[in-house]
Amino acid sequence: MTEINLTIDGRQVKAKAGTTVLDAARREGIDIPTLCHHEKLEAFGGCRLCMVEVESRGWTSYVVSCLYPVAQDIVVRTRSEKVDRIRKVLVEELMAHAPDAPELVRLAEEYGADRNRFKREASFCVLCGLCVRYCNEVKQKNAVSFFDNGSVRQISFVPEVARNECWDCQECFAICPTSYAQAAYLLTEALAFPGQRKTAIRAAKAAAKPRVIIPIMPVPMTT
Amino acid sequence: MPKFQSAAELQNFRAELLGARDPARPCIAVCAGAACDGLDSAAVAAAFLAEVDRQQLGNKVGVRTTGCHGYCEKGPNVVVTPGDICYFEVSPVDVPEIIAATLKGEVVERLVYKDPATGAKALHMQEVPFYKHQTRLLIGDNPKLDPMKIDDYLALGGYAALVKALTTMSPEQVLAEVKKANLRGRGGGGFPAGLKWETTRNAPEKTKYVIVNGHEGESAAFMDRAMLTGNPHKVLEGLIIGAYAIGAQKGFMYTRHDMPLLEKHVRNALAQAAEYGLLGKNILGSGFDFECELHFDVGIFVSGESSALMRSIEGNVPEPRPKYIRTSVSGIWDKPSNLNNVETWANVPQIIEKGADWFTSIGSEKSKGTKLVSLSGHVVNSGIVEVPMGTPLRTLVFDIGGGVRDGKTLKAIHFGGAMGGSIPADLIDAPLDFDGMSKLGAPIGAGGLLLMDEDTDMVEVARYLMDFLTKESCGKCVPCREGMAQMLQILTGITEGQGQAGDIERLQDLIEVTGVASLCALGKTSGDPLKSMFRYFKPDYEARIAGGSDPK
Amino acid sequence: MGEEKVSGIIEKYRGQPSSLIHALVEIQHENHWLPREVMHQVADALQVPFAQVMQIASFYKTFSLTPKGRHEVHVCTGMTCHLRGAAKLQAKVEELTGLKDGQTDADAKFTFATGACLGSCSIAPELIVDGKHYGRMTPDKVEGVLKQYE
Repeated sequence: MTEINLTIDGRQVKAKAGTTVLDAARREGIDIPTLCHHEKLEAFGGCRLCMVEVESRGWTSYVVSCLYPVAQDIVVRTRSEKVDRIRKVLVEELMAHAPDAPELVRLAEEYGADRNRFKREASFCVLCGLCVRYCNEVKQKNAVSFFDNGSVRQISFVPEVARNECWDCQECFAICPTSYAQAAYLLTEALAFPGQRKTAIRAAKAAAKPRVIIPIMPVPMTT
Repeated sequence: MPKFQSAAELQNFRAELLGARDPARPCIAVCAGAACDGLDSAAVAAAFLAEVDRQQLGNKVGVRTTGCHGYCEKGPNVVVTPGDICYFEVSPVDVPEIIAATLKGEVVERLVYKDPATGAKALHMQEVPFYKHQTRLLIGDNPKLDPMKIDDYLALGGYAALVKALTTMSPEQVLAEVKKANLRGRGGGGFPAGLKWETTRNAPEKTKYVIVNGHEGESAAFMDRAMLTGNPHKVLEGLIIGAYAIGAQKGFMYTRHDMPLLEKHVRNALAQAAEYGLLGKNILGSGFDFECELHFDVGIFVSGESSALMRSIEGNVPEPRPKYIRTSVSGIWDKPSNLNNVETWANVPQIIEKGADWFTSIGSEKSKGTKLVSLSGHVVNSGIVEVPMGTPLRTLVFDIGGGVRDGKTLKAIHFGGAMGGSIPADLIDAPLDFDGMSKLGAPIGAGGLLLMDEDTDMVEVARYLMDFLTKESCGKCVPCREGMAQMLQILTGITEGQGQAGDIERLQDLIEVTGVASLCALGKTSGDPLKSMFRYFKPDYEARIAGGSDPK
Repeated sequence: MGEEKVSGIIEKYRGQPSSLIHALVEIQHENHWLPREVMHQVADALQVPFAQVMQIASFYKTFSLTPKGRHEVHVCTGMTCHLRGAAKLQAKVEELTGLKDGQTDADAKFTFATGACLGSCSIAPELIVDGKHYGRMTPDKVEGVLKQYE
């Protein structure tokens, strides 16, 4: 496998061809913020928080490091005035929907984002798609999906499938950065199939993994 | 058994066709383009056919329905050959008079063009101001052929370029010619087609695809539909030549689902081409195999974006992929796929036939050839025109377009639909050119030129365009989905008199971030109209925010 | 009846996941809307997850997830039509039918939709009913046009 030489934040880095800039940076201990990224899932490129500056052959461009492959002699900057400004505005946009999500609060502090900058539409879902992609790619159940398009795109559970699958799994609830997934499931259940959630009979494994609902504990509001 | 198994058979057939057609026999061409059709040109065509039948004039005068002539404002359009006599705003009651006059070699004066100022009449197409200033290399054939008849296309010399390419040129030579011609994409990108072809050709995979992007989602652009409905074979011929140069075995024509006539014509053209042996295995005995399928969008603008379109052909949701995964290397089903716009493909046959040197003699330094422009908005003469690149906008707006309707003055010219920009009237002498217009902040995009008169509310226009885009976005990435929603929210507030201090700064931040961080061109250019507004019309915005009331 | 035709379409594309959009387009044209049970059948026959069928059906506005009226009334809201008064036309249609964009009336007579450019910009603004174009419209002409439809 070819070895690529590149520079990240002033450091000389070696990485195998085919590695993403995000992975190469993280291996060097350089943290790039992400929201929609998960090691078990295919890179999505949706939240754009992992954007970095790349200088290659005299051209500067801004790319998402979770998808951009390392290339010979590129110079990557994971922080710069522009990169920071991009992340700040993205966080502000996301906080219009989920102002108390712990990860967003942390990023807001680091990048100086103002949670009240844009008009609130507190849907709580930031459409990172972690739940959808996890259910599709890892569980292969397709119980939750994206619907609609554009600014009205939303994530919903598919009642016919969720009634059979979700109660036994609940794995997407913990992945969700804003606790929306869990709330959405419970609402779907209450509206579409109250009292009909299926539970599998697991004799030996019953005690191994306790199934609990994670209580929603919001970060106390600071404004 | 395909009709032609060699180029020689095709040439012979063409010679026979021409021999059997009498150029002196009058022919009445009725336009069935979108606007004329909306003005019920079908009734006019039916009336002509019925009258010719009633008087049993079948062998004395021909009647044909054609694709768009271009002078949509004055439809239903009728052109009579020989002589290219143009009749405008024809209705069924005019039919007997036109037939009678045509048989006598005379003209129905009350239906010809009259100069609005002087009343001077122009009988022939080359005298009508709207047509006179154009260079109609592509659309000029529309009035001369019935799109449902491949023989009409052959009689005009169609598929001669394909013969030349397959029999006298290697794929590399065809590619070199297109590169030399500097044919740039006419869908909005302006990217050199030859380079894209070369990347696809050089991609290691053996299976390759070529695609015609006939989606034409850009608002106020209607020339691609006119081209594809009016002369599908010209586009197909370009596609087959391109496939030969690239080494592609299969092609896709991707277009809209909402135009029955377009679907009918393209399906028919594909079937007829296959029947004649111009599609399929061993085309004209050259050893080159190529087939072509028709695919439809399902009514969303983003599916006109190259990578999203390819997802759509695969049967998936049209979510675009980032541009560093080049579709010429990894496109449909991850195979190298070369996508070009309808008009780009339509230029290929003439480049091969007449050569790159001829092509580069037309146009400006970096933008070669002609461009189809759809004129609309507050223009007097709305329609589709074709001019050499480098033509000053003034010619398009005033000499061809006839200026602004209702005696108003021009405020702005808009190009590129929701992803373009507006320039003020004092830039009217700028040439029509990819790079020049881009620098001015109004990239020509697909070529839809919109005139806006003095009463136009520029803030409202920006709000309207943002509204359009928020509905058409796929919604995958944060900057586009959220950024545009917030921009729309702010612009709506301003138009409703609720503008706040800090709105312009917020908008500028959003324009910047959406422009840099969005996944695809839709998001990236979504702020461009607003950017051009701030460049040229900022006072309008500041006044609205400060005043909090109506524009005037 | 229509059900047979729909089943026929589903059978035609059985086992072809990449033909999902083709199948849905044909069913929409035939049936004028996509009932949920039909989407389940499509999912089973074409071997795609039901969620994917739902995603595609909700993504594109051409598909209707609710039954449509006998007549589709469409006001073009493309850029040219907009500049030439589409908003007033839209307001008039809303007034006369009582419907907002995307709605169908209780008698299932009209479904009203607005949408982007159909390419007949030269005869803007346009009202299109069941595919028939009424160009160069003004609000006062709308009532006359709609009266023709039962």
